[in-house]
Amino acid sequence: MLVKTIFSGFGGQGVMMIGYTFAHGAMNAGYHVTYLPSYGAEVRGGTANCTVSVADEEIASPVASEPEYVVAMNNPSVQTFQNRIASNGIMLINSSITDARPNRKDITVYEIPAGEIAEKIGNPRASNVVMIGALLKKIGMIPPETYLNSLETILGDKKKAVAETNRRAFAAGYDYLK
Amino acid sequence: MLIGEAAIRAGCRFYAGYPITPQNELTEYMSENMRKVKDGIFIQSESEIAAIHMVTGASAAGVRAMTSSSSPGISLKQDGISSLAACELPAVIVNMMRGGPGLGNIAPAQGDYFQATRGGGHGDYRTIVLAPASCQELADLTMDAFDLADEYRNPAIILADGMMGQMMEPTVFKKAKPRNYSESFMLRGAGKGKSKIIKGLVLPPLEMEEHNWKLARKYQVISDKETRHEAFNLDNAELVVVAYGTAARITKGAIKRLGESGLRVGLFRPITLWPFPVKALRELSHKVKNFLVFEMSTGQMLEDVRLALQGYANIDFHGRPGGVVPTPAEFAIAVEREFRDKDTYGRQF
Repeated sequence: MLVKTIFSGFGGQGVMMIGYTFAHGAMNAGYHVTYLPSYGAEVRGGTANCTVSVADEEIASPVASEPEYVVAMNNPSVQTFQNRIASNGIMLINSSITDARPNRKDITVYEIPAGEIAEKIGNPRASNVVMIGALLKKIGMIPPETYLNSLETILGDKKKAVAETNRRAFAAGYDYLK
Repeated sequence: MLIGEAAIRAGCRFYAGYPITPQNELTEYMSENMRKVKDGIFIQSESEIAAIHMVTGASAAGVRAMTSSSSPGISLKQDGISSLAACELPAVIVNMMRGGPGLGNIAPAQGDYFQATRGGGHGDYRTIVLAPASCQELADLTMDAFDLADEYRNPAIILADGMMGQMMEPTVFKKAKPRNYSESFMLRGAGKGKSKIIKGLVLPPLEMEEHNWKLARKYQVISDKETRHEAFNLDNAELVVVAYGTAARITKGAIKRLGESGLRVGLFRPITLWPFPVKALRELSHKVKNFLVFEMSTGQMLEDVRLALQGYANIDFHGRPGGVVPTPAEFAIAVEREFRDKDTYGRQF
């Protein structure tokens, strides 16, 4: 079993953050994992993405040819990765700010109004955590509590209130999808 | 980060560096963590050239020392690396390769193979070159590099690329071996004893010749004893890909795909680029006749593969220079094409 996920969005939306915490969670759930960030002469507001591979055996290549899952936080992400995603793959779209939809008929698309959900919780910046909640619902593999522990380990000793908001954002994303 | 932590655990207590993408994480880690260990020194130098010569000084004083940079910065350091080799001083130099020549770009590439394995600077010398292909190896080989540098009193290079420098994987640090390096090589003030001199300037040609042969004999010992490689999926392989570092990881992904369609492809991955694992590769050519060299360059290790196989096998090449990292699927298509044409006469040698 090998599952590859690409997280993609604007710099500042926290796509590297959810990719990294997802990788950390998968490691703590006992899987082999690789985390590969895109990097370049990036600027805030530019595009960023990372690839996380999770497997129960040694991972051959950290570069994903055809990811099974794509978390797309903005229009360019949908456009870039709609052609890369594997057949029968799943794309989760942050529909709050994304109009683009893939043309593919062989993949499943879930639209999550992550911006609105995060706003309702009281922190519009937590839309990335809403999305990872939705992803974990579909991907299984990592128990939510294991993921949340990783998230809190990585965020370190930041304010308790932030951790609480993240938990609520995660739960809202998790519960949004059936 | 991994290299930095591994280096500190291996007893590195001097690091000098000058920022350059894609290896700034290492310099940043050292700036924060070197000061936390006893006698640890971190210096952000005024230039790459200054950094390598500071390392030379630290090494002469008997301290485990390291510097790091990326391709253009490593070019600047060659004066110091040549000097280290001449003076027989141990040091570890990390090169996270990026696209070149010139300033090139900041994407992962493998264009510095010649520079690393042929000495790099002027004069008749070699450096030990280790090429990690995973985060675990980044850590392990960094520790090994310090041990090898000490054992042979020679600079050792960690040759990886921007991708290895940025990715993360779960890693376990091995226990570092205790240092085995004679105090007689260290300059720590003669006191009342006999003064010691370390020098790279040897004016009488006959004396220099003797020094050159002494170094050559040392390099021969390293060539005989220190080659390392990984064999992957070689049983019954009809085609063997030769690749190192990031290119080897992509190859492994491609091999898994190709295996699903019944194509028997193996991987020979040199871990030491110098000394190149000539013997192991040559032995493999008794069983397999088709080799495909894959590099993120226009073909540099290709020459070592040709030298090792000496015309006894078909050798072809696939290159993606300039900072392009192909996906395993893209490379699998190239290998499949190669597989169809294998055993045909008149292929590129």
